[in-house]
Amino acid sequence: MEFILFTLLNGLSYGLLLFMLSSGLTLIFSMMGVLNFAHASFYMLGAYFAYSISVNLSFWVAFLAAPAIVAGLGAAVERYGLRHVHKYGHAAELLFTFGLSYIVVELVQVTWGRATVQYSIPAELDGPLFTLYGTSFPIYRGFMMLVASLMMLSIYLALTRTRVGLVVQAALTHPSMVEALGHNVPRVFTLVFAGGCGLAALAGVIGGDAFVTEPGMAATVGSIIFVVVVVGGLGSLAGALIASLLIGMVQTFAVSLDYSVLTLLTALGIQETALRGSVLRITVAQMAPMLPYMLLVLVLILRPKGLMGTREG
Amino acid sequence: MKPEPAQRPDAIPARLRTILPRALPWAVFALGLIVAPLIFSGGASLSILSQIGTMMLLGLSFNMLLGQGGMLSFGHAVYSGLGAYFAAHAIRLAGAGTISIPISLVPILGGLAGMLFGVLFGYVTTKKSGTTFAMITLGISELVSACALMMPEFFGGEGGVSFNRVVGRPLYGISFGPQIQVYYLIAVWLFICTLAIYAFSLTPLGRMINAVRDNPERAEFIGYDPQHVRYLTFILSSFFAGVAGALGAINFEIVSAENVSTGRSGAILLFTFIGGVDYFFGPLIGAALGVFFTELLSNYTPAWQLYLGIFFVLMVLYAPGGLSGLLVEAVRPKVLRRSILRWPLLLAICVSGLLVVFGAILAIEMLFQRSLGSDSELKLFGISVDTSLRMSYVVVGLLVFVSGISLRWAWVAFWDGADKPQTEIAGVTIRRTGT
Repeated sequence: MEFILFTLLNGLSYGLLLFMLSSGLTLIFSMMGVLNFAHASFYMLGAYFAYSISVNLSFWVAFLAAPAIVAGLGAAVERYGLRHVHKYGHAAELLFTFGLSYIVVELVQVTWGRATVQYSIPAELDGPLFTLYGTSFPIYRGFMMLVASLMMLSIYLALTRTRVGLVVQAALTHPSMVEALGHNVPRVFTLVFAGGCGLAALAGVIGGDAFVTEPGMAATVGSIIFVVVVVGGLGSLAGALIASLLIGMVQTFAVSLDYSVLTLLTALGIQETALRGSVLRITVAQMAPMLPYMLLVLVLILRPKGLMGTREG
Repeated sequence: MKPEPAQRPDAIPARLRTILPRALPWAVFALGLIVAPLIFSGGASLSILSQIGTMMLLGLSFNMLLGQGGMLSFGHAVYSGLGAYFAAHAIRLAGAGTISIPISLVPILGGLAGMLFGVLFGYVTTKKSGTTFAMITLGISELVSACALMMPEFFGGEGGVSFNRVVGRPLYGISFGPQIQVYYLIAVWLFICTLAIYAFSLTPLGRMINAVRDNPERAEFIGYDPQHVRYLTFILSSFFAGVAGALGAINFEIVSAENVSTGRSGAILLFTFIGGVDYFFGPLIGAALGVFFTELLSNYTPAWQLYLGIFFVLMVLYAPGGLSGLLVEAVRPKVLRRSILRWPLLLAICVSGLLVVFGAILAIEMLFQRSLGSDSELKLFGISVDTSLRMSYVVVGLLVFVSGISLRWAWVAFWDGADKPQTEIAGVTIRRTGT
């Protein structure tokens, strides 16, 4: 019971963090058709900026300033890079962001070094939130879940209840009509791109200290969020939420399950020493890194448009 | 009325005249492959040449997807890497005497292995095109990378699978022990495969994949299933990737998880794009340049990946046709005439361009020197800079800024009055890809 409850909570907080990343990615994709390969790089930049700011000032300044800085960078990238390659089509845009992710990793290494930086949880958020069955749940995990939920709520409200949100929604499906009505669609694009990058950076601020802040962190999470976006259905926010939680849960549960097919066979009373060296001995925990990708392949075979997708890519 | 060519007394030269222009590039290519190790004969350069050869084949097979089929794959190393693993295991078995296979035919085995996985994974990936295709190939690539660390029996874990490529008795004195013999093995396979890939582009399937790239709906309308055409091309491309992987394995005598990694796939994409995907020979340039820079630049600077990334992004921004596209544009009569007429501007472009590059390199190296924090003095191109002084950054920044402005001015003045600047024309394939 204790195991299930805590794994559930951990999976939930990891899933919500994934959602913070993938929501920006899927919004950008559905609006501009751009698959932002460098999205996880902005997540990494968020974590590193937060580290520098929290060391010099405080965590709470970093909490507000780092996403703002990264959003500004994102706006610049859209304005001076993506808009320029837009005329070459989506493949060129994808390649541009791919190259950008290369550059960001290198620049991060120049600025902050190749080793892990000591970006740690602020003292006021360090400690147990509650203790259940003798296991304590850290405050910071709760804080992560709170921030992610608030962010989710504010995206929802901003998109459905504000004027800007309605223009963004309209520009998603009918960009030329929105333009004809006198709205500056390219500026809306810049806004969405900057917003998506800011969200990724926010995820970096609260994820960087919960996990590790190192130059490889973008690559670790980068492919997972692509899986989330495809599994959830390209361009669907609700799908991204479901897929994030699903993958968060699956991965968290899998790493703590130390069982394999062989264990099952042994439990059923089949003792076969010849099988001990075979593929069957691989435990679920060892398989954890590949589970999201297996899910991706399965979804593509069974439901090509993704869980909540409305169109085929 | 024109006389029939066959009735003319010089009928044979006339036939020669049509064959020669087609055969000439191939003859030059073959000659280049034969002569290259004689010109660059040092021990290290022979190894680099061998790597360039395998990378060329990888690039060509990758361009079957990207250039000819409009499929942007982020997982091409999966097929070459798995081909390499199968080749490595085959050579190990041959060394142990379990099976008997000559080294020179191992690439076929690697190719078949690559093809097998192309059949398997291609079925899933080629269902889509464009951006979704790119994402799925990335997913497959991550899947295989994760597998590689999970199953050490086949993938050899962290250390990889190493072997001795000298197997069996030497035939006519060829044991494939010396590097030069391996180079010629790679060169022969590269030449054969290049011919085959070129021939593929002339087949009905090769033409159809172009049609599917340009307009899948119309291809479907005239009775071809785009998905099927993509699938077949993917399988063939995986075969050549597998051949290249096996050749790489023979060259290094070790295959590790790095061979199937996403990073390797990214490098293939980077090099091929830099070479240019619009022309058949583009990947050859990209591979040569890419390997050359990776091997040489990494000896001189820790920032070589940054340079590669910046170069790539600049190519995407300003020359989506790659180097081959630039080359073809540069020798167009119109451009040549303009260059001759406006040579002072061309000179200004070259000089300010070089200054921008010089200043940028200086700035990056200064930053790297500072971040490594060992010594504040940087020696580069025969000059010495103190990286601890703020003044030196200001000077370098000013140099980049001023030469950048003059480059832009000269560029605009050079193309003044032209109906289409060259960047608008280049990059045809990239523009058609992925909608």
